[in-house]
Amino acid sequence: MKLNYRVLVFIAAAIFGLALSAPSLLNLQKGPKITLGLDLQGGLHMLLGVDTDEAIESKIKSLASSVKYAAEDEDLIIDEFKVRDGKIGFELLDKDDMPKMDEILKKIEGIAVQKDGLKYTVSLTPQEIESVKKYAITQAVDTIRNRLDQFGLAEPTVAKQGEDKILVEVPGIKTPEQEQRIRELIAKAAHLQLMAIDEERAANVDRMTPAEAAQYGDVILKDAQNPNRKYLVKEIPILDGSMLTDARVAFDKNNQPVINFSLNSQGAQIFGDFTGKNVGKRLAVVLDNRVYSAPVIRERIGGGSGQISGGFSVKEAHDVAIALRSGALLAPVFMEEKRSVGPSLGADSIKASMVALITGFIAVVVFMILYYGIAGAVADVALIVNLFLILAIMALFGATLTLPGMAGIVLTVGMAVDANVIINERIRELLYEGKSVAKAIEQGYANAFSAILDANITTLIAAVVLYAYGTGPIKGFAITMSIGILASMLTAILGTHGIWQMLESKIDKNRLNRWFGIKLEGGR
Amino acid sequence: MELFRYKKPIPLMSKSKIFFALSLIAVLASYVLIFTKGFNYGIDFAGGTLVQVKYEGKAPIDKVREAIKSSKTFEGASVNYFGSDDEIVIKVRTSSKKLGTDIGDEARKLLEGTGKFEIRRVDMVGPKVGNELREKGIMALVLAIAGILLYVSFRFEWRFAIASVLALVHDISIAMGAIVLFNVEVNLDILAALLTILGYSLNDTIIVFDRIREGLTTVKSSKLADVIDESVTRTLSRTTLTSLTTFFVVLTLFLMGGEIIHGFSFTLLVGIIVGTYSSIFIASPLLMMMGFDVENYRKKLAEKKKREQEKAKMRAMYEQGTV
Repeated sequence: MKLNYRVLVFIAAAIFGLALSAPSLLNLQKGPKITLGLDLQGGLHMLLGVDTDEAIESKIKSLASSVKYAAEDEDLIIDEFKVRDGKIGFELLDKDDMPKMDEILKKIEGIAVQKDGLKYTVSLTPQEIESVKKYAITQAVDTIRNRLDQFGLAEPTVAKQGEDKILVEVPGIKTPEQEQRIRELIAKAAHLQLMAIDEERAANVDRMTPAEAAQYGDVILKDAQNPNRKYLVKEIPILDGSMLTDARVAFDKNNQPVINFSLNSQGAQIFGDFTGKNVGKRLAVVLDNRVYSAPVIRERIGGGSGQISGGFSVKEAHDVAIALRSGALLAPVFMEEKRSVGPSLGADSIKASMVALITGFIAVVVFMILYYGIAGAVADVALIVNLFLILAIMALFGATLTLPGMAGIVLTVGMAVDANVIINERIRELLYEGKSVAKAIEQGYANAFSAILDANITTLIAAVVLYAYGTGPIKGFAITMSIGILASMLTAILGTHGIWQMLESKIDKNRLNRWFGIKLEGGR
Repeated sequence: MELFRYKKPIPLMSKSKIFFALSLIAVLASYVLIFTKGFNYGIDFAGGTLVQVKYEGKAPIDKVREAIKSSKTFEGASVNYFGSDDEIVIKVRTSSKKLGTDIGDEARKLLEGTGKFEIRRVDMVGPKVGNELREKGIMALVLAIAGILLYVSFRFEWRFAIASVLALVHDISIAMGAIVLFNVEVNLDILAALLTILGYSLNDTIIVFDRIREGLTTVKSSKLADVIDESVTRTLSRTTLTSLTTFFVVLTLFLMGGEIIHGFSFTLLVGIIVGTYSSIFIASPLLMMMGFDVENYRKKLAEKKKREQEKAKMRAMYEQGTV
């Protein structure tokens, strides 16, 4: 027996396979491990859509607030200030203010201004709308990621998918209740607004329709705790959550949970100015279009901090604070696709496919030995190394093992012996033709090679297409199949060839039945 | 042990008309089934919601049907046992866009009081995603076939490529027919199974074709039918063996892999049988039908060899530094 490079490569592959699949199989702490797909370990998979129109609307509203603030800052008197159909409209009272107004508008990027006498109409340019939409999606990705990170779950995945979708994957969810809480946390718009109550008309709010309110540039909002209570607030907020820097849960003197928030310097200045000018009036703290409190302003509030109180449970306050801290969702998200798998189902799936894998494996191993004798055993060795190699490569690249992926491995077991079947058949043929054992082996490998190569490459083409067009579990299937094919090229062609070269001198031509499962007629 | 032992070519090609007629009937029947009965699209492609519930003990299926009756969301829902009688699935064609509370949460509330249960799986696919998945699926099939066509044309000859793709279409058609016939729910995993069949059956066909390609230069007869008969007979033992081992393994998957993988493994079983059959009885006769000419091919090969020899000669001359 002598070693050759093929056997050495094969042994190296076997060691590599064993060493790198051990952490996954034995569940060791150290070393690279195969990630189990959500369908095997349980978890939540969601594909979210983003309602970008909403982002445009809120962009316009916040644009309106800043135009209004800038105008007031310069002491320009404006009238009929309204946001309608994605456009801001207002009228200057004094013609002399026009240059100043133009100056203010010129500083704002991405807007188109139309003038009709003293009437101004401000709208977003198409490019700006496009970029707002894009930003809304990336911002939503960041926001959702932040929220899930702060929630403290194991390795959630949040990624943009395609043009306008967001993929969220959260493994390790134990109960449906927990899953629901996560979904709620993601869905929270967390859109904080501080709005002025329209004190002139507030008394009539119960008799007003939303259309009437809109005529005065107001909106009607409901109370967070008591939906029968309504507030009439100015449509354009004083400021919104984009100027928020922090939000924390605290407890008030009655030991009720409240959320303390702080604003950045710009927000603090706007807040201070507004409260200074509006002492005695009410300020509504609005979260996701519901009024949480509407305290009367007693004095100028500097320092830029405020409080949202009322009706939170501790859990809720905690989630709201997370949502606020991680930023508002500029555009609401909605569910396009959701798959959730309980941990027990995942465990059952693993168990069932393991049973199938082991049974199928034993069947193939036994069959090969019965049919080919030692040649079958050699193929079986290659098959075993092949299995470990698949696991090792998957662990090394951090590939995800899914249920169809398990099926892919099971299928590979069936197909991986194919190469050896082809080779062994060729060797048998050559032996029947009366070739020497050494020659039969060498030629058998040479003859079989092109068929195996062509067959494997075509299967790889199908696998690559599957990977490119599949989602989640299907991708997992394509990955295991591709790795299986590549690994079988190494083990079934190179590895077994090396083993034969090593055994060559031991093969007894008179005992071909034992070696290749055949008998030569006429005692040749 | 030996199943087949090559002694002399089996005259398969002389009987190819019978197999052709058989396949034609099977393919036509499949399309009739597909177009009349149609696919039973699962939620992946049709959109909708699936809730899988496992009870402690036997699932009270009547109680469940009663419990969800009151809800508008579950109008027209189907409730069936899933694998065993302690597990059920509720399927409904509606989906919800809401994140906060979804159909699974609603089901949980409705089923309260029907016994001790655990919701193990909630899958919801919106209609838009369903459409996209279907389009992508068809695209994947088309692209895979196109890629294969290109590769086989490049490695063999265009007639081989067309024959292998026609054999593939034959296999996939019959597999799809079986899916419709046995009312298997078509989800993403079924698509994966179809693509696997594509790979597997092609694998088989290519190995036979490879032998024919070899036979074209080694078999003495210049009749294509003889070449094919000899080549197919020589690969018969390999084809059946590999199909057998793969069949074993997929069968264990079908029997022991659990309900979730049932449709997948069923489709594969059909595909393995049909794929093996077609690589022997359909793919090669197709070559004959397309008028593959052995003499012509040999002539071309000889020319190619001559050109290569000349090139080698030229190169050798250059290398020696004399022209």
